[in-house]
Amino acid sequence: MSILKGKVWIFGNDIDTDAIIPARYLNTSDPSELALHCMEDADPSFPGKVSPGDIIVAGKNFGCGSSREHAPLAIKEAGIACVIAESFARIFYRNAINIGLPILESAEAAAFLKEGHQVEVNLDKGEIMEISSGRRFSAVPFPPFMQEIMAKGGLINFVKEKVKKSE
Amino acid sequence: MGQTMAEKILAKAAGKKEVFPGELINARIDMALGNDITAPVAISEFGKIGVKRVFDKERIALIPDHFTPNKDIQSAEQVKLMRRFARQQEIVHYYEVGRMGVEHALLPELGLVLPGEVVVGADSHTCTYGALGAFATGVGSTDLAAVMATGELWFKVPPTIRIVFQGRLSPWVSGKDLILYTIGQLGVDGARYAALEFTGPVISELNMDARFSISNMAIEAGAKAGLIPPDDVTRQYLEGRASRSYEIVLGDEDAPVLQEFNWDVENLEPQVSAPFSPANARPVSHVAGTEIDQVVIGSCTNGRIEDLRQAAALLKGRKVHPRVRLIIIPATQAVYLQAMREGLLEIFAEAEAAISTPTCGPCLGGHMGILAEGEVAVATTNRNFVGRMGHRQSQVYLAGPAVAAASAVAGVIAHPRELGEVK
Repeated sequence: MSILKGKVWIFGNDIDTDAIIPARYLNTSDPSELALHCMEDADPSFPGKVSPGDIIVAGKNFGCGSSREHAPLAIKEAGIACVIAESFARIFYRNAINIGLPILESAEAAAFLKEGHQVEVNLDKGEIMEISSGRRFSAVPFPPFMQEIMAKGGLINFVKEKVKKSE
Repeated sequence: MGQTMAEKILAKAAGKKEVFPGELINARIDMALGNDITAPVAISEFGKIGVKRVFDKERIALIPDHFTPNKDIQSAEQVKLMRRFARQQEIVHYYEVGRMGVEHALLPELGLVLPGEVVVGADSHTCTYGALGAFATGVGSTDLAAVMATGELWFKVPPTIRIVFQGRLSPWVSGKDLILYTIGQLGVDGARYAALEFTGPVISELNMDARFSISNMAIEAGAKAGLIPPDDVTRQYLEGRASRSYEIVLGDEDAPVLQEFNWDVENLEPQVSAPFSPANARPVSHVAGTEIDQVVIGSCTNGRIEDLRQAAALLKGRKVHPRVRLIIIPATQAVYLQAMREGLLEIFAEAEAAISTPTCGPCLGGHMGILAEGEVAVATTNRNFVGRMGHRQSQVYLAGPAVAAASAVAGVIAHPRELGEVK
């Protein structure tokens, strides 16, 4: 379940949330409509060529800019299995954890991986492997508290349990 | 060992004596905010948590400001959903078109965000309230849903990066120029996960509107918050305005910070950030002469009365260049009314500018001034990413209201001093 295999799409540094999902499409929050425009202003051909299970690999500060949760939602709904980046902007990082989009921070993997590479990702161990070369990379581990949110499938389930307990 | 302002505010909200950078805490939220893009998602997530009522109907603000007055049926449906929720939950601070304003101008104006408080908003520019000495930060819609249900949220305590501005500002240089310069120096991720703190003699001289511009764009350097220690200017601003009692929280002198920058801005030129990054800041003279099609003066960064006064001082007795469209958007209804009373709207209309009701509108490429392919704009807004104000092949140069107004008249990017005397 927590092992993913997918094809890599490469993006650069400072991919902002306007590039991930332009605001002109934010008059809806329907994830399936958002997915049709995923990454459109970074690469207009992307929505047409991405397949379910693919993996986005990017440089530093992925998801900078606006707090729109529509950005990780669009990525998730487009079928992207996970995002690997050198680093993430903080609001995007929170949002991805909160909605259950797997993200991995690894500068080494981000530097090594090329477009079209096939990678295997072990989310539990935070391990990334490029299949043809067998090169392995370890992602920065999440603090236990965030692991707990992720294990519950996102913040809403986490809060739901907490609210129930306090009742 | 001392604690910074950010640490002290978070410690207080977490019910702890002290907190340290990197520590994960649960903090009580004094005010939470959503808009017509982010609140609908939060409302839907709130419904899944299983609580019937919001934690406090007086500590949630829902502001339909991005695509309002509604630009199309879909955005009208989004606001309808928000309005229905606000009525059902008896949310006190829901403001309709005609009463509302751009959220980050409106909340301080109404005295709803105060020094020493922890404020979260499902909008990245929530950091604006740092100008009042609040720890204010942008979050996503799911975070907002959790806060609406519980009144609390988890945070990682950020380290502080202190910026000290020394010297005296030249004419036509203000808050916007200082923050563009700062982002240019730090880069778009230079303050990632950190709290920025702005101090020094230059800050002390600035009015609140200029301070809001500075804190507003802290996020553009990746920062979690952009704090300015409250002083007499802050107190004066809050007099008769604060909706609750508040307690000013200042940092300790000996508090360790991650980095401290001392910048002499004595001869700083007005700044412009060229496409496609707010960090592409440079003196206006470096891009002067660039032909433009549109100028936008407004937004949560620069749509306040002082911004409009600066623009009016340059537009008085002049006309917008025939090739250029100038769109001026007072950030709130109160700013609009004040500008009317001071005769600023008349100056703008005489100059052949279009004047809009408050909206975020063109800042995020929503409506009210979208750019076509190849068009170039100067805007007092906060982001100039690819496609931000319209077509992927359009461009936005970020500047303060003085450079924006001067450029509107010149038809090219211009330093305000180049306009010369009005005949």
